[in-house]
Amino acid sequence: MDALLFMIFAAIAVVCGISLVIQKHPISSALSLIGVMAALAALYLLLGGEFIAAAQLIVYAGAIMVLFVFVIMLLNAGTEKRGRRMLANYADLPILLLFLGIVAAFIANRMPPTEQVIFGNFKGGTALDIGRALFTTYLLPFEVTSILILIAILGAIVLARKEID
Amino acid sequence: MPPLPNLPSSVPITWYLMLSAILFTLGVAGFLFRRNIITVFMSIELMLNAVNLSFVTFSYKLKQVDGHIFSFFVMVVAAAEAAVGLAIILTVFKNRQTLQIDDVSSLKN
Amino acid sequence: MNFLILTVIKAAVVAFVLLTALAYLQWLERKVLAHIQLRVGPNRVGPHGLLQPLADVVKLITKEDMMPSHVNSFFWFLAPFIAVMFALIPIAVIPFGTELNLPTLDLGPIHLPAIRTAMQLTDLNMGVLFILGISGMGVYAVALAGWSSNNKYSLLGGLRSSAQMISYELPMAMAIATPLLFLNTLSFRGIVDGQAGYFFGFVPKWIIFQGFPFNIISFLLFMVAAFAETNRVPFDLPEAENELVAGFHTEYGSMKFAAFFMAEYCNMVTVSCVATLLYLGGWHPIFPNALGSGFIPAIIFLGFGVISFMHAARPARPFDRITLPVVGVVAFVHAAAFGIGALLVMKPDLAQGSPVLQWVASLANAIMPIVWFTGKVISILFVYIWVRGTLPRFRYDQLMSFAWTFMFPIAVVNLFIVGLYVALFG
Repeated sequence: MDALLFMIFAAIAVVCGISLVIQKHPISSALSLIGVMAALAALYLLLGGEFIAAAQLIVYAGAIMVLFVFVIMLLNAGTEKRGRRMLANYADLPILLLFLGIVAAFIANRMPPTEQVIFGNFKGGTALDIGRALFTTYLLPFEVTSILILIAILGAIVLARKEID
Repeated sequence: MPPLPNLPSSVPITWYLMLSAILFTLGVAGFLFRRNIITVFMSIELMLNAVNLSFVTFSYKLKQVDGHIFSFFVMVVAAAEAAVGLAIILTVFKNRQTLQIDDVSSLKN
Repeated sequence: MNFLILTVIKAAVVAFVLLTALAYLQWLERKVLAHIQLRVGPNRVGPHGLLQPLADVVKLITKEDMMPSHVNSFFWFLAPFIAVMFALIPIAVIPFGTELNLPTLDLGPIHLPAIRTAMQLTDLNMGVLFILGISGMGVYAVALAGWSSNNKYSLLGGLRSSAQMISYELPMAMAIATPLLFLNTLSFRGIVDGQAGYFFGFVPKWIIFQGFPFNIISFLLFMVAAFAETNRVPFDLPEAENELVAGFHTEYGSMKFAAFFMAEYCNMVTVSCVATLLYLGGWHPIFPNALGSGFIPAIIFLGFGVISFMHAARPARPFDRITLPVVGVVAFVHAAAFGIGALLVMKPDLAQGSPVLQWVASLANAIMPIVWFTGKVISILFVYIWVRGTLPRFRYDQLMSFAWTFMFPIAVVNLFIVGLYVALFG
């Protein structure tokens, strides 16, 4: 059952990822990305990360991507024009595949292939555990991220406001 | 429900890491090949997501919660990045009426 | 009993009841609105227009399904599916009652097996987060429908909706955090169990009565944000008829329009269920069972039957002389059934020695909580309709400044004070 679920959601993630890269229209790309995120949320659940799966749905799929869709609709972005250096760019493709191959070989070499992911083997990802870790071990980084968010809000307002002159 | 033939009941950890690598490569590909600022930005988000999957997988392997905390921080940073980045995109569009990366090149040369 | 079969049966029952309730919620809305506006409302199909939902469904199914030539067809077809899907999924984690725990029963030829199951499709450890996540995805349906319809009014509707949903999600999440601080759990069953019991023996320990006045503020914030999240009056800017000609669903007809309609009502039901579970004590009765709260459903049915007979004595229409007594007798039968159930729940030793009575008592133990839960949900739905009949629509800038400059600061301060209170005295 675990394997079946992994296959289904991994397939969804990869297909949506490919679709993100090859779709011409930004809205299609945005929806593909939402598909990837939803599939990843399901995979997090399989890995025992309850809270992180919910956060993935709420923060990524429910808020950040709504912002993207909003901006695409607001700017009425049309389909993409063919780039001038399109052909030159595809020269990078072999390098990418090579990179992927190296990473895959590294993973296959270094990780024990016998270790299986079994649902329920790791239950340390509940909201309780995350909260305890956030407010003890990781308290300083947590507070710093709140300042980061504040700066981001200020930056967004300054960048997007109407010029007063 | 009868068990499906020849289907393993679970998958190795390496498969999750492979999936993460594939998604990351797709993100890099989108970043390099696409010409629309918003799509390039979304490719970056895809890369961040792929890294998150790695974090959560390693968290499972080490049976520690730290990987989840890291991917939580990645989400926070991604949210901040989306807010500022989209504001920049709006400003660029307001000044240039274009979303093509190739057309925003006045600092080049 | 087999877990799989039981789950399928439960899912089928919940789906059937929910879809019927959605249809009749629309009838209720039209009736209540009509009475608020001194009209009669639907009264042609069936007695008091009770068959109107059926007629509407037949009409919507048989209507010609048109696709305008200028729409972006893939997303245009996709949007209604997304809307219905993300509206229906959250029902899966909502508990409707405690537990059905029936013993085996042998009645000669009939043999009923023992059944033990929770009155809920699935209990998640993070049910609250699940509902927040799934309902946040519903905005894509509206945004996509508005964008793919390819006309400026629909696009405006979609834009308004996404901005509004994002803005109101913040105060909503902060309002929800307040009861969670008191209850220390994210599972709906745990939340309701944490609200059991009574102060001084008669004031229920519902969240809204705890931590006065912060949870009342939180409840009001939640309800306002919920109105905005479900696109209801006074926040129905995305579909404002008179400025945006119905906004995002202008181009939709027949079953696709019905899908959006259904999703909106289903979201209302979900939000009402969440408000009931989080703030109004779920299925716990408003005063203790020992004081006879179990008899309230029986009394309501009794009153309904008496009113039916009174009207039958002075019939407005000729056939009332026959139909109303029949309705009255049915109501009396229900009153008797609920009365016996409540009596058995209140005094369990009455059922000693009789397997049939014990079976009835355990059935009543499962049914009574559902009655209370449903009653609370219907009250909140009535408030929805009441507000729609009373308040005018916001202007768009008012809507945004209301969220960001009024609700958000109050929610933050409220959460801060409650956090302090729980840390010091909790």
